[in-house]
Amino acid sequence: MADTAPTLRTLRTPLGRVRGLGAAKGGTHHWWMQRVTSIALLPLTLWLVFSLAGMPDSTWQEVTSWIGRPFNAVLLLAFLAAAFHHTAAGLQVVIEDYLRPELARMGAILAVKGACALLWLAATLAVLRIAV
Amino acid sequence: MATFTLPKNSTVKDGKRHRAPTGAKNVKSFRIYRWDPDSGENPRTDTYEIDLDQCGPMVLDALIKIKNEVDSTLTFRRSCREGICGSCSMNIDGLNTLACLKPIEEVKGDVRISPLPHMPVVKDLVPDLSQIYAQLRSVEPWLKADSPPPPDGERLQSKEERAKLDGLWECILCFCCSTACPSYWWNGDRYLGPAVLLQAYRWIADSRDEATGERLDALEDPFKLYRCHTIMNCTRTCPKGLNPAQAIGEIKKLMVERQG
Repeated sequence: MADTAPTLRTLRTPLGRVRGLGAAKGGTHHWWMQRVTSIALLPLTLWLVFSLAGMPDSTWQEVTSWIGRPFNAVLLLAFLAAAFHHTAAGLQVVIEDYLRPELARMGAILAVKGACALLWLAATLAVLRIAV
Repeated sequence: MATFTLPKNSTVKDGKRHRAPTGAKNVKSFRIYRWDPDSGENPRTDTYEIDLDQCGPMVLDALIKIKNEVDSTLTFRRSCREGICGSCSMNIDGLNTLACLKPIEEVKGDVRISPLPHMPVVKDLVPDLSQIYAQLRSVEPWLKADSPPPPDGERLQSKEERAKLDGLWECILCFCCSTACPSYWWNGDRYLGPAVLLQAYRWIADSRDEATGERLDALEDPFKLYRCHTIMNCTRTCPKGLNPAQAIGEIKKLMVERQG
């Protein structure tokens, strides 16, 4: 376009731009834990769904005593840890994929991680208060 | 944010229609993306009606016929016309492929042709590949070894070691895969993309190379490597039938393996 010539923002070479700040030497742990938690969530979610499906008519006392049993409490705590870790990791990937600029991306990731951590702590506290 | 709509000066308008010569019986329409940086106009889609009885079987044959006989301003890259140089990669009928390997008869209805998606366009069907070439250069795709080769011959590989390079060395760098990858569309400035990662793995998998750890170090990055979400567009579109997604998976496995 003659009247709207593109502005030249950089004269840096393509190789210089592509090398950029170098490799962050990270990301493997994030990627691996996303896989590990998803596999852990398979049996945990099945167990939770079938357990809840079996107690539609249970009273408050019956449900709290079910949660209070060590076996159920431990599995619930494991489910919560895996589920919130997996949620935070997955949302982080979505944000990294789509959100710009850098500062907004960083802020959004911190917000998501903070929200997931608080929700996880609250849910864990609820289980512990019933179980302990 | 990732951009999902075209800017105003990039929306594609209707273009000219070049009619088939009178008496042509076997006519097929080729709807081709045209953009001339010097004209100041928006891109447009020109339609060329071609008599297939007077044309070779591949899409590239039709493009060459158009350039020779109908419209010499049509601009595209081509060289070997047998699927080994990787020059004529473009989007044909919605799928990135090589024009020289794509039979016209495989396309039902009009043949829609546009440049490789989401790349800056130089002119018509010619994309600007300077960034992706720089990304290829950045993974240092050559043999790196501190041990000198044997004085009396070449560096040797066992048959098993050589077999590990099958499915990797055949890549012709047409970049159909990288430009078919949504992750590369949204984050191509930092994500290396399937073609370059397959090349990186080609050297990681080479038993003669002594820089494997260094190569993994250079890839271990949330953006350079881990933007791959195994979408598999790369593998589906590869005109050479290679599997870049698997090569990326192998790199990720090695990353986990070296953490112990």
